[in-house]
Amino acid sequence: MPDPEVPQRQLTPAEEARRRKRSVAIALALGAWVLLFFVLTIVKLGPQILSRPL
Amino acid sequence: MTSLTNTIGPDAPAPAFTAVGGDVPDYFALLKPRVMVLVIFTALVGMVVSQGHVQPAIGVISLLAIAVGAGASGCLNMWWDADIDAVMTRTAQRPIPAGRISSEEALGFGLFLSVASVLVLGLAANWLAAGLLAFTIVFYAVIYSMWLKRATAQNIVIGGAAGALPPVIGQAVVSGSVGIESLVLFAIIFIWTPPHFWALALIKAEEYARAGIPMMPNVAGPASTRRQIVWYTVFLAPLGLVPVALGFGGLLYAVIGVLGGLGMLAFSIRVLKNREGEAEKRAAMGMFGFSILYLFALFSALLAEQSFGLFRPLV
Repeated sequence: MPDPEVPQRQLTPAEEARRRKRSVAIALALGAWVLLFFVLTIVKLGPQILSRPL
Repeated sequence: MTSLTNTIGPDAPAPAFTAVGGDVPDYFALLKPRVMVLVIFTALVGMVVSQGHVQPAIGVISLLAIAVGAGASGCLNMWWDADIDAVMTRTAQRPIPAGRISSEEALGFGLFLSVASVLVLGLAANWLAAGLLAFTIVFYAVIYSMWLKRATAQNIVIGGAAGALPPVIGQAVVSGSVGIESLVLFAIIFIWTPPHFWALALIKAEEYARAGIPMMPNVAGPASTRRQIVWYTVFLAPLGLVPVALGFGGLLYAVIGVLGGLGMLAFSIRVLKNREGEAEKRAAMGMFGFSILYLFALFSALLAEQSFGLFRPLV
């Protein structure tokens, strides 16, 4: 964590844009990660999961 | 090392990565995308030559995990070799030596993707495949990068095992075991690697010497390296035809294997004979380029025969 007492350098617009792009990429990657596990779970369960005795 | 007080505060001319990190393509470059494509391709061929069946979605997810695992090992390799990369023209613009991504970021990125890829492959396919992927990552990042590369002229001979393993992982995904088919493909890539890389090393010998890497031309000399290129190729050409003898390579594969093997022999002899000036460079680059084409053609033939009904058995 940066020390709140120490003034931080202002990011340039280019640096801010780069940070934003990276944040979006991380968000998309996390979303893809969740989707991957969802698909994996559905595929592993298979269609027979719906035809079980109630 | 720069002191902490110089790297913070409003007037500090801090390097870009300390404030905001690299750009998205820089992180992608850390994964060595061209190597990832080759890994996906060879793993896919390992899958199609295997006895068994895999659910298509599981197959795609497994290939993705294998590719990310290979990328992670490439990332760890770049983290460890940043000092070498900085002094070689071919690699000086990679994200770490160019200062766009810090070493710590690359290490964290590589470790996270290593664990994630092994975990996903284990859950999607089976733990044999995941174990083989973990072994490949450790072998490339630790055994090859941290140890062999700077220690012995046999670095890429032994280290080549890491690049040869994807077909074996592919077969493990499909069949849950390791069979003779993928072991033959492993052997082909393993024996193909030294003549392929030594052809490049002959041209880049000065750079490797400057970086302190004991590549074969720097240690045993160019003449010995050329002879070894020929010997490895003499062994590789018939080895490339073993899939035909074992029955999983058909007529198309046999034709490409014979023509490609003869081409490899011709290029290796050209390397042996042309020892100076432009002719030496042309011969070495010819061998380097043709070896890529040869391996790609062999594996493409297997893929075409097994996936598009082109298989015509010869034995």
